[in-house]
Amino acid sequence: MEYRVRRSRARAFSLGAAGLLMVSALLAMQDEGRGQGRQNQPPASAKAVAPFDPTGYWSSLITQNWRLRMVPPGKGDYIGIPISAAGKKAADAWDQSKDEAAGNQCKAYGAPGLMNLPTHLHITWQDDNTLRVETDYGTQTRMLHFGSWTASQPRKRSWQGNSVAVWASRRGGRGGPPSARYLRIATTDLLAGYLRKNGVPYGENASLVEYVDLFKEPDGAALIIWTAVVDDPVNLETPYIISSQFKKQPNGSAWAPTPCSAGW
Amino acid sequence: MWPRISAAIVIVAATSALMLAQALPNPDGIDLSGSWAARNFTDAIGNMPGGGPRPVDYMGIPLNDIGRAWSLVYSQSQTSEPERICDYYAPTYIGIGPMGLRIWPESELLTGYTTAWMIGGWADFVPITIWMDGRPHPSQYAAHDKSGFTTGVWQDDVLVTNTTHMEASSIRRNGVPSSDRATMTARFSRHDDVLTVTVRIDDPVYLTEPYYLTRSFALSRAPLNPATHPCTVTNEGVEAERVPHYKPGQNPFVNELTELYGIPQEAVLGGAETALPEFRNTIKDKYVRPSKCVSVPVSTCGGPGTYPPID
Repeated sequence: MEYRVRRSRARAFSLGAAGLLMVSALLAMQDEGRGQGRQNQPPASAKAVAPFDPTGYWSSLITQNWRLRMVPPGKGDYIGIPISAAGKKAADAWDQSKDEAAGNQCKAYGAPGLMNLPTHLHITWQDDNTLRVETDYGTQTRMLHFGSWTASQPRKRSWQGNSVAVWASRRGGRGGPPSARYLRIATTDLLAGYLRKNGVPYGENASLVEYVDLFKEPDGAALIIWTAVVDDPVNLETPYIISSQFKKQPNGSAWAPTPCSAGW
Repeated sequence: MWPRISAAIVIVAATSALMLAQALPNPDGIDLSGSWAARNFTDAIGNMPGGGPRPVDYMGIPLNDIGRAWSLVYSQSQTSEPERICDYYAPTYIGIGPMGLRIWPESELLTGYTTAWMIGGWADFVPITIWMDGRPHPSQYAAHDKSGFTTGVWQDDVLVTNTTHMEASSIRRNGVPSSDRATMTARFSRHDDVLTVTVRIDDPVYLTEPYYLTRSFALSRAPLNPATHPCTVTNEGVEAERVPHYKPGQNPFVNELTELYGIPQEAVLGGAETALPEFRNTIKDKYVRPSKCVSVPVSTCGGPGTYPPID
């Protein structure tokens, strides 16, 4: 009798285990099916999956390097830039009047240096996969393209170049919460320009990668931290890594577009 | 038959337990550990090794009248006083100092749970312990010290720290003061091998609004030494009972930046408005651009070799 009970218990255990396996297999198949369904859907737009809302008006907070950013520094002031000997030679030969005569007033407003200038930003979605970043200082516009965008051929160089953006994961593509993403921008096709308004140069082959975070404060304030990494083996001894702060503004009342200036 | 089944169940259970143990969840957040070399380009003047900023350079700091007045009576010779020789080395030094960061987690051995993140010391700067175990901050009446008390949480894979209980110190290495009521929030935001640290300092005594600073670091394969030699009080020859200072209205450096760099006085003395782009309209007709870099000392103009590449 006791043997029968044991045998029936063993049978029940076996049946239970088999049932558990079947349920697990079914769930796995169901999940796989959902995955395939997702694959058949068009990818969501950058705007739809944005981990934060960068749109609106923002103002630079110039709390650091003030005399190098808020006002144009004197010729030969290279503090804070890992300038190379070749870069210094070019910067030592900088002549503001020559830039003005050549119509190159915007050389210090290219993407590698633009965000570190004293400016307001107006950020909007141009379309579902293009973020538009305007500055009032120098009246520049950067277009940040998400998705499968490619530059038109033949490729054309410009002050702001061609920027490809992604919402990147801090975990390097290993998952993590969607909210833990930041904006990574890679920019190419730049015209040669200046990192500073006293002629510190970057070449047209310089690379520019930017990381953009948005932090919300408990009091409701919002802050964008825009970190740029400029690499130019000709003019720089080491990558130039610099961060700029922008504080969210309630409206565009401080927005005051000005043209590029080689001086002020 | 039953003993065999029982044995099988025990084996399966033991194996499952072992697998479960191996599948312990990863610690929260992302890995910040490593040696992060300072890339002092964002504030080349404020974070400059050695000298730091000029004596009266408050540009961009949201000082109130008391903070400005206290800054102007400050003399750099105060750091030679035994009582003040260690004043700069509060946690705020992480935002204003020149050093890199050696960061590592302190973890429980059995669970891997991170109880704290550590930021190593540097010269006279004491290590910072960032408690991650949810412990509360001490009472507001508890003693303040050089380390302060810091807790941290992960917010969207950004380590957000909150520091209280700091002693009075400085928020710029030219004597701009912070009070013992100041608090600091820091955000450690890693992108690839670049670490951006955003520091917010709130001080109801000397500031009109939060003061923000950022610093950037690059991951280095060459290890930074986290050792520290606690700031030691020594006699540097300042006579007893004398506090080096300038009387109100008599700071000899108050016009220095105007004379050297052509920057108008209203900018030099700081205030929240000086950090905003529209402040340029106030000084546009007063600013005199130097014809060339002013070398005070020579190294302040930078140039090749100033910022060696990191390993």
